[in-house]
Amino acid sequence: MNIALQYDTAHLIGAMVLLFGFQLLYQRRIKAVLSTFALQAGALSMAAAWQAYIQNAPHLYVTAAIALVFKAFFVPFALNWLVKRLGIHRSVETALGVGPTMLIGVVLVALSIMLVLPVTQGASALTRENLALAMSVVLLGLLMMITRHNAVTQVVGFMALENGLILAAVGVKGMPLVVEMSVAFSVLVAMILFGIFFFRIRERFDSLELHYLETVRGDRL
Amino acid sequence: MTAQALLAVAVLPFLTMLAMVLHRRENTPSLVHAACFAVSCILGVIGAMAVLKGGADHVQLPVGLPWLKAHFRIDGFSGFFLVIINLGAAAASLFGITYVRHLKHPARVAVAYPMFLAGMNMALMSDDAFSFLVSWEFMSASSWLMVLADHEEEENRKAAFTYLIMALFGTFCLLGAFGILAQAGGGYDFTSMRAAKLDGLQSSLVVLLGLLGAGSKAGLVPLHAWLPLAHPAAPSHVSALMSGVMTKVALYALARLLFDFGPTPAWWWGAIIMVLGGVTAVVGILYALMQTDLKRLLAYSTVENVGVVLIGLGVALAFKGEGKTSYAALALAASLYHMLNHSVMKSLLFLGAGAVLASTGERNIEKLGGLIHRMPVTAAAFLVGAAAISALPPLNGFVSEWLILQSLFLGPKIPNWAMKFGSPVVAALLALSAALAAATFVRAFGMVFLGRARSVAAETAHEVSLSMRAVLVFLAGLCALLGIVPVTVTSQLSEVAQNLIKAQLSETIVQGWPWLAPISETRGSYSGTVLVASVVILILGTVAVIKGFGTRNIRRGPAWDCGHKEASPSFQYSASSFAQPLRRVYGATLFSAKEEVDMPMPNETRPALLTLRLIDPVWQGIYQPLANGVVNLANRLNRLQTMTVRRHLLMMFLTLLLMLIVAALRRVVP
Repeated sequence: MNIALQYDTAHLIGAMVLLFGFQLLYQRRIKAVLSTFALQAGALSMAAAWQAYIQNAPHLYVTAAIALVFKAFFVPFALNWLVKRLGIHRSVETALGVGPTMLIGVVLVALSIMLVLPVTQGASALTRENLALAMSVVLLGLLMMITRHNAVTQVVGFMALENGLILAAVGVKGMPLVVEMSVAFSVLVAMILFGIFFFRIRERFDSLELHYLETVRGDRL
Repeated sequence: MTAQALLAVAVLPFLTMLAMVLHRRENTPSLVHAACFAVSCILGVIGAMAVLKGGADHVQLPVGLPWLKAHFRIDGFSGFFLVIINLGAAAASLFGITYVRHLKHPARVAVAYPMFLAGMNMALMSDDAFSFLVSWEFMSASSWLMVLADHEEEENRKAAFTYLIMALFGTFCLLGAFGILAQAGGGYDFTSMRAAKLDGLQSSLVVLLGLLGAGSKAGLVPLHAWLPLAHPAAPSHVSALMSGVMTKVALYALARLLFDFGPTPAWWWGAIIMVLGGVTAVVGILYALMQTDLKRLLAYSTVENVGVVLIGLGVALAFKGEGKTSYAALALAASLYHMLNHSVMKSLLFLGAGAVLASTGERNIEKLGGLIHRMPVTAAAFLVGAAAISALPPLNGFVSEWLILQSLFLGPKIPNWAMKFGSPVVAALLALSAALAAATFVRAFGMVFLGRARSVAAETAHEVSLSMRAVLVFLAGLCALLGIVPVTVTSQLSEVAQNLIKAQLSETIVQGWPWLAPISETRGSYSGTVLVASVVILILGTVAVIKGFGTRNIRRGPAWDCGHKEASPSFQYSASSFAQPLRRVYGATLFSAKEEVDMPMPNETRPALLTLRLIDPVWQGIYQPLANGVVNLANRLNRLQTMTVRRHLLMMFLTLLLMLIVAALRRVVP
């Protein structure tokens, strides 16, 4: 297979992950957010598999499998179940409107390209593009965490951020599997913890709105 | 030689441990002070040998930071300061042996005292920034402990707190100065710092930070505010050390930074330091004049003398910057001389105040009086010290202030107009401060020792122990000796100064004994020896004439009571009334002094009231706004702590973005 195809395909899949990152910011319903997240995880799994194929690195197939099973199926299903079970308000509460958030997202992508491309001069073009995309995904995840009120969207933002990290990791040659495994498991643990917290928060406040948490800390004057 | 000195210093921590272990035994504090006396004597002798021998002796110890080790070095310059420090330390220790019995908490003092001496000595011997700063902090921390020795008093706690903040500030500034020097010289040892090549900005920064760091320790106006609080709060013999000796360690650090490390700073730094010194001298002594607390008065007088020394250092720096190194050596020698003199006379005065405090329990001069009858030895010694610090010939204070004045008169030789016009102005400030010092000490001596006792405590006072008196007499004798044979001292000092500046004094300065003629014999020369000899001959002659022609009958009668019957001691001139004319002249603007008279109407039986309000411009103008600013800022920053989860995330996000942008820009714009 020629190099150009390898590069273009990797680039295409990476761009899909990024695009789903933008879509996450665009959604107005919790269920849609979760579906989009599942799609992003699927794209990530594809990216990992493609890298495994072109790098001849079989352990990346494991990464791809983890991403597919846990992130694309288990986590969205679990969150969906939670949302239904808890009867959470189904719309996304925004702190900043969708339009401005998207604009900021575009600026962030521009910034990461501006930063990564000159910094990684000397690395292969594939790695460089991949890193730039991954960094954009990380920043978009962070952006989602700070512009959305609801606890579920926060968790999704965190997971999206983690997707970006995995995307960066799979693009670099020689990333040990154990690191990926530990990252994947820590995400799973975080997911379970969040789930438990949802129950507790819900039990106490009848809502997953974060500002209830702020008042209960007692230090807001 | 350095090794022996280090060994002697190493004894001091053991004394601290001893004082801790045996803190219940009653005579431990005296014992510790006696041992400190012995160690100080040894260190003083080593210092004197270093001055006489010249040259430098370097020792490296395998302790401290692994890549630096600990460097120690004694050269003529540090040897001279070792003499100053240990002269004061020996006197204070000897005095302390019996003085500690009058203290409320002698054990607390005995623990910190040896560490204080060790810190000062090590700071002088250090030859790398790390050892220096560690010793410097030891000095600050242990003296802080002694300021706190009597921490039941609210006032002492406040003084100690202010002192602690200022000490931290000073060390922080010195750290910055050393950092710049180390970066330019390639190492934290002083050898590399001496060879450091600094550009103009770096050199200015070093001087500025050094001036702030050492100046805050020495009591440079406006950084002096802690000094008159902290120095008097400590036990008197420790006050003597802090005022007479610790300020000299700070000046030593400043002189090293100015003259020894790196290239010479620009001449205008000399001009700035000179003017700061002049202002410090006048403001310090004006404060002193207003005080009614004897020890605080002495502390403010220290501020004045630090100003005088700074004038000398500033002039020396200006001369050196303009290449007139022989004049620079003269000015430096003069300020070194003044440091020696000030440490002797300030120790004498503080110990004298300690003797008064021990025997009457009173520091307020409005409540003392007539002590010359009950404490004749203390009174005589205090009088000598007061005359010396007022720069009266033939005592030592006169010689050094006269030398500094002479070097100021050389200022017009610098070919720029700022110095040509500035140095006579500073000379005028110096003369003014000497005159005000005389007024201050006439007032202090008169109120404490003359007149009639103003309180029961003063009436029932009695002379202090023999060892305390011996110290006072010894120091008074030293004041006289340093004034009468100045040439012997200055010839040694000019060697020290020449080695530091690396220049020869011009031929005319070194003139035959006993004449001290710093510039030329026609411009000004002075001989304490000849002066004393002629005064003694004149007095003897006058006495002989009076005895020969006058009557021998002595008649003692009651003092005239101004027509009042049974005059009470409160009818006497008081300290406040003595200061009133000068307070009205200078205080109205400087301290915004306001007097209000509240006269009762006819038929009213209440007493008339005179209220006097002084506003300290330094506290109100600098410290208070600064403190308010810090509190405000802290209150504002406190909100960061109670932010929402999302805001915390936002902060992290913005920080990350900012750093990314900086990283991106550094790539684009190298």
